[in-house]
Amino acid sequence: MELITGAEILVRCLKEEGVEYLFGYPGGAVLHIYDALYVQEDVKHILVRHEQAALHAADGYSRACGKPGVALVTSGPGLTNAVTGIANAYMDSVPLVVFSGQVPTALIGNDAFQEVDAVGITRPCVKHNFLVRDIKNLAETIKKAFFIATTGRPGPVLIDLPKDVTIAKAEYHYPKKVKLRSYNPTIKGHAGQIRKAVDMILSAKRPIMYTGGGVILSDGSPELVELTQLLGYPITNTLMGLGAYPATDKQFIGMLGMHGTYEANMAMHDCDVLIAIGARFDDRVTGKIEKFCPHARIVHVDIDPSSISKNVQVDIPIVGSVPNVLRAMISVIRDEKLKPDTEALGKWWRQIDEWRGIKSLSYRQSNEIIKPQFVIQKLYEVTQGQAIITSDVGQHQMWAAQYYHFDRPRQWINSGGLGTMGFGLPAAMGAKFAFPDQDVACVTGDGSIQMMLQELATMKQYNTPVKIVNLNNGYLGMVRQWQEFFYQKRYCMTYFESLPDFVMLAEAYGHVGMRIDKPRDVEGALREAFAMKDRTVFLDFITDQTENVFPMIPSGGGQNEMLLAERDEMVSTHDEGMVLL
Amino acid sequence: MNNNNRHLISILLENEAGALSRVANLFSARGYNIESLTVAPTDDPTLSRLTLVTSGNEQVIEQIVKQLNKLIDVVKLIDLSETDAIERELMLIKTKANGEQRAEMKRLSDIFGGRILDVTDATYTIELTGDGEKLDNFLRAVERDAILEVVRSGATGIARGQKALHI
Repeated sequence: MELITGAEILVRCLKEEGVEYLFGYPGGAVLHIYDALYVQEDVKHILVRHEQAALHAADGYSRACGKPGVALVTSGPGLTNAVTGIANAYMDSVPLVVFSGQVPTALIGNDAFQEVDAVGITRPCVKHNFLVRDIKNLAETIKKAFFIATTGRPGPVLIDLPKDVTIAKAEYHYPKKVKLRSYNPTIKGHAGQIRKAVDMILSAKRPIMYTGGGVILSDGSPELVELTQLLGYPITNTLMGLGAYPATDKQFIGMLGMHGTYEANMAMHDCDVLIAIGARFDDRVTGKIEKFCPHARIVHVDIDPSSISKNVQVDIPIVGSVPNVLRAMISVIRDEKLKPDTEALGKWWRQIDEWRGIKSLSYRQSNEIIKPQFVIQKLYEVTQGQAIITSDVGQHQMWAAQYYHFDRPRQWINSGGLGTMGFGLPAAMGAKFAFPDQDVACVTGDGSIQMMLQELATMKQYNTPVKIVNLNNGYLGMVRQWQEFFYQKRYCMTYFESLPDFVMLAEAYGHVGMRIDKPRDVEGALREAFAMKDRTVFLDFITDQTENVFPMIPSGGGQNEMLLAERDEMVSTHDEGMVLL
Repeated sequence: MNNNNRHLISILLENEAGALSRVANLFSARGYNIESLTVAPTDDPTLSRLTLVTSGNEQVIEQIVKQLNKLIDVVKLIDLSETDAIERELMLIKTKANGEQRAEMKRLSDIFGGRILDVTDATYTIELTGDGEKLDNFLRAVERDAILEVVRSGATGIARGQKALHI
């Protein structure tokens, strides 16, 4: 009987789970684990420069390739730094397994050096968490963590490891399977409900498919495409769902929600049957709930029962995994040779095309000053729509979502739920680890990029060449936009009077830096940057400081109350809307 | 939409460290009401039985049930208010028992089926079991000044008939 240490057990378990990369940062409580990592080569440890980045990198890796992301941090500040990253993954349902060091069991609760109640702090932002007090439970707990993180509605799972547990020895046995009596997600949709849903879907005169991140997480894109094309219905994706349906297809009517297209939001408002798939009726999508889809009967497919009828009451709920349920729907339609109401559909499409004619994403081009939208359009052209795009949070995020047309799932990686500035750069690094041969670009702004800037060093160390597209307007643009519209242009704390020279900064980290301030140079710079396959290039685009994101549904507004660029006088929203953010 | 009904929810919970906090945390994080909560191990040492009283409209209660079921440590639950159920709560009450009050207090306790557990020359300690309403009625019947201390266990319950919550 071979006895090995807890640290060795951990590393062996990771190997058995097929973990390629472990993103982490060492410290006192995890020294034994780092020692066990030192003597093997299967699990590659990536040394980030801040624990939050370890989580975002693991997160970006997972979103890009679908496998769970794995991170390792030390106790105390290591864990607290990681919390933002854990919460970010939780909000966007990304499968992560996070290991945190903990003080020895005998010291727990004694306010020991670098002690923090990791399980307590993370409880509200994990799918589940464990404190392993006995080495005998270690391997099984790790198996459970991977199982819970990756099944059902995915999410982060944390395992807190007291130092003595990593030192103690036990026999190694990794269970092939675990069964949890209290956890058994429903995968297969209810046949009766599916049948009823199909009838409702086909009875529609003005249908719309509204699909979200759940389609991507469940790899349900092929089924979604098949069903949508079989029906011939218009489809809109949420911010998290972009790429699940090819954006260049004619049935795609753009993103919906606060900064969605005119046609998507108008079609949502006027639809008579709403087919919601793997989407959760987030407040950025619904606007004011009372005004949401006033004429619609609603079908909602989701693997998480608590997402159904949470914000909006639905008529036909179906709990199940997206590909599974959609396949069943497709079978019913094909087997029974059912057809949608083509006449009504033709009329509906004519209406939608009329809305499309408004061209709600148009903006006024300039020869003098770079428009941020123009940069994204050129980025799309130069990369031929094929790059993996990560983004930070703010105006640049919305422009990336609007102007880069994502044709495949897992191509668009952004912080949707938590809205974490600083996510983009480490996430891009994580995506690059998953797909070293693909172009990866991080669309960011001068505010967001400074939140995780230190990762430029990690990217140098591991040679993960990412193109950083910095839309530099000197402002915290999205906050400035709100101050302009709703706070009578009182720009409180949104202007950076001092910014670093990003070109020099990139060079200081060993990368290539470029500053671009003329519209005519945008395309050339992008081509030059993407031609440097093995270099990280920081493209600092000096953009229009006052550009705003349109269309916009002001808070408290309904989906048909959009403000369009150059058209609407922005009016101060009413008090209720202010509360709604 | 505003009829906030009282619900008695009974949960079989993994008997593990932190399981109770997960339930309590859920209620505070999502802003749900929690009126009372009792928890103790069951005949199966791996399981605890947790009973809580909450209130909300139909939609809120539906979300509470779904969110509870989503917790990995929740094995099974039943909303006892949706079924024919027995509800019981234990109350210990210490009262003044002086002069005329002494006989009156004893009578009142008898009427409510209480038991006097402890007696001093100036006090009674009474045990009373029943549903919440009965305990409230007893407290109303006792003169306000006579009450020295009240301890209530919080409601617990079980379904009537063959229906049983087990795994």
